Amino acid sequence: METLRPILEQHPFLKGLAPEYIELLTGCAANVRFKEGEYLFREGKKADQFFILRGGRVSLETYAPGRGTILIQTVGEDEVLGWSWLIRPYKWSFDGRALEMTRAISLDARCLRDKCAEDHNLGYEFMQRFADVMVQRLRATHLQLIDMYQGAPRK
Amino acid sequence: MLPHPYTVRQVHRETHDTFTLDLEPLDGDTPPFAPGQFNMLYMYGVGEVPISISGNPADSRTLMHTTREVGSVTRVMRTLQRGDTLGVRGPFGTHWPVLDSEGSDVVIACGGIGLAPLRPALYQILAHREQFGKVVLLYGTRTPNDILFQREIQKWRAQFDLEIYVTVDRAMGNWRGNVGVVTTLIPKAPFDPINTVALVCGPEVMMRFTVQELRKRGVDERNIYLSMERNMKCGIGCCGHCQYGPDLVCRDGPVFRFDHLEPLFGAWEV
Ligand SMILES: Cc1cc2nc3c(=O)[nH]c(=O)nc-3n(C[C@H](O)[C@H](O)[C@H](O)COP(=O)(O)OP(=O)(O)OC[C@H]3O[C@@H](n4cnc5c(N)ncnc54)[C@H](O)[C@@H]3O)c2cc1C
Ligand code: FES
Repeated sequence: METLRPILEQHPFLKGLAPEYIELLTGCAANVRFKEGEYLFREGKKADQFFILRGGRVSLETYAPGRGTILIQTVGEDEVLGWSWLIRPYKWSFDGRALEMTRAISLDARCLRDKCAEDHNLGYEFMQRFADVMVQRLRATHLQLIDMYQGAPRK
Repeated sequence: MLPHPYTVRQVHRETHDTFTLDLEPLDGDTPPFAPGQFNMLYMYGVGEVPISISGNPADSRTLMHTTREVGSVTRVMRTLQRGDTLGVRGPFGTHWPVLDSEGSDVVIACGGIGLAPLRPALYQILAHREQFGKVVLLYGTRTPNDILFQREIQKWRAQFDLEIYVTVDRAMGNWRGNVGVVTTLIPKAPFDPINTVALVCGPEVMMRFTVQELRKRGVDERNIYLSMERNMKCGIGCCGHCQYGPDLVCRDGPVFRFDHLEPLFGAWEV
């Protein structure tokens, strides 16, 4: 039977991961599809998955009373979505909504969390890779906050 | 050097705080310009400001400037109407190396009003399209309402020979495009970093992070060009107002090759 292994192996986020870990991930992986407008996850709900995107685009959103839905970031092909499964309290911090037909591999986090606790090398690998994603997002958020297109008063 | 009087032929409201003026000279012809050059626009009795030329270099009849209202002169400039007059000196400064980039991929990365000085470069590339490899426009603004030249961007998007990516910092639920700063587009944009010339324009902080990402992607710093902004007075290298380290931006810039700027670029205020 064909498995999702070759896709996982080639995904930029998982590049270089030891074959036994790829094997493990393959066991937790499922092919998923989301129609335009469909939610992949909702803010505050339990985060028991993460997604490796293969096509399409997802927006990370939050709802502000009186202002409506605010789009914070869009994530697309070859990117990874969701680190909340790895960090307590394992709850999504945002809504994730498909902006167009989106294809992804969903990875079940419940078994991975246990495996990370048992095998610290695996835990470290994941922490490192997800820390990179978090830092990238943090940097982007920092630039959004300083409102960089406004330009600074010059001398 | 005295300003030449020009009449406003048309005013286009681009966004809530930007507008484009189509100008024509009261006497003589509009002098030719190269993409990236600027003029000193003089509002009689108010003051003079440097503004890049945003029109088509192949169109010798209309002089276009796209301006964001930020302070005393641009605020008055915004009230100009068809038939009004203003003074123009120029064109001044260095230009984007468009015609020297033939055979390469071209990445145009800009933020906010920074698209205005790059529009002439895009026109020039499109006029000689077959002489370039991939042409990619990466454009970031604050919100969807701040996107400049919307209709033109739609038109360029519909062309198969341009890759256009627009992203905004913030959007509300009905926006279907990208959200995130312009630098997030660079790792995935379709160009060959080994054979790419990058033209970058925007506020300095945006340019700093853009250059970082371009270098990370493998673009040689000798192939990265930036347009710098400094307050100007004379525009012709006499008064020293626009000093940037050893350079005068009005004379040696505004377009510089990155490796020339690098020693100063890390410093916040120079
Ligand atoms: C080579 C060159 C090309 C330029 N091209 C363009 C262009 O195509 N379109 C355009 O809109 N502008 C352009 N500028 C910037 C433009 O010259 C200034 O915005 C203008 O001089 C401001 O004049 P003002 O009298 O309206 O504002 P001022 O009264 O001088 O400034 C009011 C306040 O706004 C701040 N400020 C000034 N400029 C900016 C800015 N750019 N961003 C944020 N805050 C600012 C000042 O520090 C001050 O606090 C260019 C500048 C240079 C040097
Ligand atoms: S503006 Fe006077 S030297 Fe540049």
